[in-house]
Amino acid sequence: MSMFFTIAAFLLIVIVIFQIAKASEYVSVLKGEEQSFKQSNKVNGALMIVFLILGLIGVYWCNKLLYPRTTLVEGSASIEGEQVDHLFWITLILTGIVFFATQILLFWFAFRYQYKENKKAYYFPHNNTMEIIWTSVPTIVLLILIVYGLRSWFLFTGDAPKNAMQVEVTGHQFQWNFRYPGADGVFGKKYFRDIDPANSNTLGLIWKDNGALKQKADPACFDDIITGTLYLVKNKPVELLINSQDVIHDVGLPQFRLKMDAVPGTPTRLWFTPKYTTEEMKKITGNPNYTYELACDQLCGNGHYSMRAVIEVVTQQEYDVIMAKQKPAYFAAFPDKDPANQQPAATDSTAAPAAATAAVRTTRDTAALALR
Amino acid sequence: MNNEAVIQTGAAALHVAGDHGEAHHHKQSFITKYIFSQDHKTIGKQFLITGIIWACIGGFMSVLFRLQLGFPDTSFPWLSTVIGHWAKNGHITPEAFYSLTTIHGTVMIFFVLTGGLSGTFANFLIPLQIGARDMASPLMNMLSYWFFFTASVIMLSSFFVQTGPFAGGWTAYPPLSALGDASPGSKTGMDLWLASLILFVVSQLLAGLNYISTVLNMRTKGMSMMRMPLSTWGVFLQAILGVLSFPVLFSGFILLIFDRHFGTSFFLSDIYINGVGALPHEGGNAILYQHLFWFLGHPEVYIVILPAMGIASEVMSTNGRKPIFGYSAMVMSMFAIVVLAFLVWAHHMFVTGMNPFLGSIFVLLTLLIAVPSAIKVFNWLTTLWKGNLRFTPGMLFAIGFVSVFISGGLTGIYMGNSAIDIHIHDTYFIIAHFHLVMGVAAFFGMFCGVYHWFPKMYGRHMNNTLGYIHFWITLVGAYLIFWPMHYEGLAGMPRRYYDYSTWESFKQFGELNKFISICVIITFAAQFLFLFNFFHSIFKGRKMTVKNPWKSNALEWTTPIKVGHGNWPGEIPEVHRWPYDYSKDGHDFIPQTVPVGEEDNPAYTSAAFTGIKVEEEQKRGVKA
Ligand code: HEM
Ligand SMILES: [Cu+2]
Ligand SMILES: [Cu+2]
Repeated sequence: MSMFFTIAAFLLIVIVIFQIAKASEYVSVLKGEEQSFKQSNKVNGALMIVFLILGLIGVYWCNKLLYPRTTLVEGSASIEGEQVDHLFWITLILTGIVFFATQILLFWFAFRYQYKENKKAYYFPHNNTMEIIWTSVPTIVLLILIVYGLRSWFLFTGDAPKNAMQVEVTGHQFQWNFRYPGADGVFGKKYFRDIDPANSNTLGLIWKDNGALKQKADPACFDDIITGTLYLVKNKPVELLINSQDVIHDVGLPQFRLKMDAVPGTPTRLWFTPKYTTEEMKKITGNPNYTYELACDQLCGNGHYSMRAVIEVVTQQEYDVIMAKQKPAYFAAFPDKDPANQQPAATDSTAAPAAATAAVRTTRDTAALALR
Repeated sequence: MNNEAVIQTGAAALHVAGDHGEAHHHKQSFITKYIFSQDHKTIGKQFLITGIIWACIGGFMSVLFRLQLGFPDTSFPWLSTVIGHWAKNGHITPEAFYSLTTIHGTVMIFFVLTGGLSGTFANFLIPLQIGARDMASPLMNMLSYWFFFTASVIMLSSFFVQTGPFAGGWTAYPPLSALGDASPGSKTGMDLWLASLILFVVSQLLAGLNYISTVLNMRTKGMSMMRMPLSTWGVFLQAILGVLSFPVLFSGFILLIFDRHFGTSFFLSDIYINGVGALPHEGGNAILYQHLFWFLGHPEVYIVILPAMGIASEVMSTNGRKPIFGYSAMVMSMFAIVVLAFLVWAHHMFVTGMNPFLGSIFVLLTLLIAVPSAIKVFNWLTTLWKGNLRFTPGMLFAIGFVSVFISGGLTGIYMGNSAIDIHIHDTYFIIAHFHLVMGVAAFFGMFCGVYHWFPKMYGRHMNNTLGYIHFWITLVGAYLIFWPMHYEGLAGMPRRYYDYSTWESFKQFGELNKFISICVIITFAAQFLFLFNFFHSIFKGRKMTVKNPWKSNALEWTTPIKVGHGNWPGEIPEVHRWPYDYSKDGHDFIPQTVPVGEEDNPAYTSAAFTGIKVEEEQKRGVKA
C-alpha cells in the first residue's frame, strides 16, 4: 500500500514538473524570451542565496546530529592515535576557514552579481599580485601541515619501543588469527605449505619434520598460542606482525586510529599503545556494549564485511590470567603431547621443549634462510 | 574524396560542403553518416549517448546496492523479479552486492567520466574551437569509438556468465582478482573485465593521440596555443595524461593475465586458499600491481576532471560576461596538475607497508598538487566577482561544479597527509572525498557541457525550466548523499561492506544509511528530467534561430546552425584574439574572429596573455 502511494506521489510530482516546464515554454513565447529569461534569472539568483543559507544550517545540523556518533568524542584509544586526532583538528580548522570563505563567496557572488539589464561586467582578466598571494599562502600552509604530519608518520612507521609485546596477526578469508609466542617469547617458524586446517594447523607452523620440504620441526612453535580474540595490555606498547594467507586484507583499528594491510608473501608491521581497557571504555562512552573491533579494511572477497575480530584491552594481571588459561595450538594437533592428557610421570616433558628451544634457536635461523 | 584529402586541402572541402550546402549528404549512406561516421561531431555524440546509457546502468546499480545498505533488514520481494538469482529472500546477495559496486565503479570512472566526458567534448569541441575541419585522423577517431563500444559490449556480457561479473573492486587488486578460487567473480567475469578494459585502453590511446596531434597541428590561422578556449586546454591536457599513463595500466593488466592463466608469479606468493590448498606461486609481490594500477589510477582522476574544469571555465566566463580570471594561471595550473599527477600515485598506498621515507616524499608531492587546484578555485571565484551572470542551466552547473569541487578537494588535504590517511583510508571518508571532487564534479562538468553545447550539437534548445529543476535537485541531493559520509568515515566505517548491522562500532549509522539511500533514489529519479529533456529536445526542442545563442566569443559559434561535415561552409575563419574578451571597452563580447582594432584598449591584450604576436603588438603600439 505504501509502495502504491509512493509511486502515485512520484508520478504526480513528475506530471507537475513537466507541466511547469511546458508552461514556461509557452510563457516565453507569449512574453518574449528576454522577459522570461529575466524572470527565471531572478529566481535562480534568489535560490543561490537560499541554498547558501540552508546549506550552512544543514552543515550545522548534520554536525550536531552525527558528531556524537564518531569516535572523535571519546578520543583516540591509543596514545599514538592522539596525534592523528590532533592533526585532524588542525587540518579541520584550516580547511574549515577556506571552506566557509569560498562557499560563501561563491554563492554570494552568484546572487550579488546576477544579470541586470543595464549593468556591465567588470573587465578584469588578471592581477599578478592576487595570483601570487593565493599561490604562496596555500603553499606555506600546506608545508606547515606536511611538517606536522610527517612527524607523526615517522613515529607510527618507526620502530616499536623495546618493551613492546609482539602479536602476530594473520588474515585469511574471512577470519583473523592471533598468535602469541608463548612461554619462550619466540615465534616458531611457519611456512604456507604446512598449512593444514584439517589437522588444526591453521597457520602452517612447522611442528613436524618434513622431508619433502626439507624442514625440521621448530620446537619454538610448540608453545605458541593461537587465539581468535586479540588480547592487549593497557599502557603496554604492542607490535603487530601482520601477514595474510590468501588475498590482501587489512588490519583496521578505528578506535586506535591505525591500520595496516595484510599482504600475502610480504609481512608488514604496526605498533601502538592502548590507553584504556575495554571496561574503562565502557564507562567513558556510557555504552555497556562497547567493543574494540578489528575490521578488515581491504576488499577480500564476498565475506569481507564479516571479517571481524574482537580486541580485549585488559590490565597486565588480567592478561596473565587469560594467557595462563590458553593452550598452545600444538596440543590440539597432538593431544598425546599435552601434559594434561599424560601420566604424572611425564611432567618434565613440558620442560624438554623449552630447553630444546634455546639449543635449536641458532639452527632455526639458518634453517629459515634455507627455507625461503 | 577521402577524408585525408579534405583535411589537407581545406578549399576542396568547401566545395563539398559549401557550394550546395549538403553536398556531402549524397555520398553518405545512413551507415556512414550515423554509425561508422568519421565526422568528429557524430563521434562525439556517439560517445555522449553511450556514456549516458552507461550512466543510467551505473546509476541504477548504485540504487540497488544502496537499497541493501539502507535497508539491510527489509525484504524486497520484487528484487528477485528484477535481478533474478542475484537476490535471495528479497535481499541482494553479497556476491551480487560486490559485483554491483565493482562494475558501478568501473563503468562510472572509465566508461562514463572518461569515455563519456572527454570522449564527447574532446571530439566535439577540439576541431570546432581551434578551427579545424576534423580530427587529424578521422579514421583513428572512428576506431577509438568502436573500440570503446566493443569494450562496453564485453563489459555488459560479463553480467550473463554463470559465475557473475567481476566483484573485486574497480581497482582489481590481486591476489583477489587473480584467483578464481578466492572469489567467483574472479573467474570468467574477470577475464571479460580485463578484455573490456584492455580494449578501452586501446580506445583511449587512439583517441588521445588524435586529440594531441589535432591540437598541435591543425589550429587555424592566428589560433596560438594561448588563444585556445580553456575547454580545449582541458581535453588536450587530459589526452597527454592518458597517453602517458594508460600504457602502464595496460602492462599491469597483461601481467595479471599471465598470473591468471599462464602460471607466472608477478603478483602472487605464499598463498593458501581454503578448500584448495597451497598454490605453487612464490616470489611475487602483490603490491607491485598497485603501483602499476595507481600510476594510471591517479592521473585517471585528473583525466576525468580536467575536461570538466575546462568546460566549467568556458561556460562560466561566457555566461558571466566576463573574461576568465587569470587565463594563463588557469593553463599553468592545469599544466602543473598534469606534471604532478604522475608523481603522487602512492598516496593511495600509504598503508601497504611502504618505506616510510618514500611515503614522506609522496605526502609532500600530494599536498603540493592541492596548490594548483586552489589557484583554480580562487580564479573561478574572481571570475564571478562583478560579473553580469546569466543563469542558464549550463551556468548553474558550472557554479555547482565549483562548489562540490571545493567541498571534495579540501578533504584531499586530510588524506594526502599520511598520518591522517592511516586512520581514514578505505573508509567512507574516501567515498565522500572522491564522489564530491570527482564523481559529482565531473558529472556537473558533463551536464554543464551538454546544456551549453546542445544547441551546437542538435540545432535545438533544451528546456531551461527542466534544466533548472534538474540542477537544484541534483545539487541538494549530492550534498545530502555525500556530506554525511564524512562522519561515517571519521568513525572508521569501512567502505565496501555489505552489512554493518553486526558491528558494534558502525551500527549507529543505520538510520543515516537509510536516509542516504532514500536521497540516492530521489536524486537518481531526478536524472530522468535530464534524460527526458535531452532525448525529447533532440527531436522536439525549440529550434535554434541564431547562430550564437549565448553570445559567445569562441569559434564554434561561427559555424552555421546546421554544421555539415567540414564545419565551415566557407574558409575557416582566422583568429585575432583570445576567446575571453567579454565586456571589454564597452562591447558585450568580441568574438575571436574580430580583428584587433584601433579602439581596442591594449591593456589586457598583451602578448603574454593573449598570445598576440609581437609584431602585431608593435604595430598596434605604433598606431596608438
Ligand atoms: C586537492 C587535492 C587532492 C588531494 C590532496 C587528494 C588526495 C587523495 C588521497 C591521498 C587519496 C587516497 C585516499 C585513500 O585511499 O586513503 C585520494 C583518493 C581519491 N581521490 Fe583524491 N585528492 C585530491 C583531489 C582529487 C581530485 C581532483 C580527484 C578527482 C577528480 C580525486 C579523486 C580521487 C579518487 C577517485 C580517490 C579514490 C580512489 C579509490 O580508492 O577508489 N582527488 N585522494
Ligand atoms: Cu576484507
Ligand atoms: Cu590519487
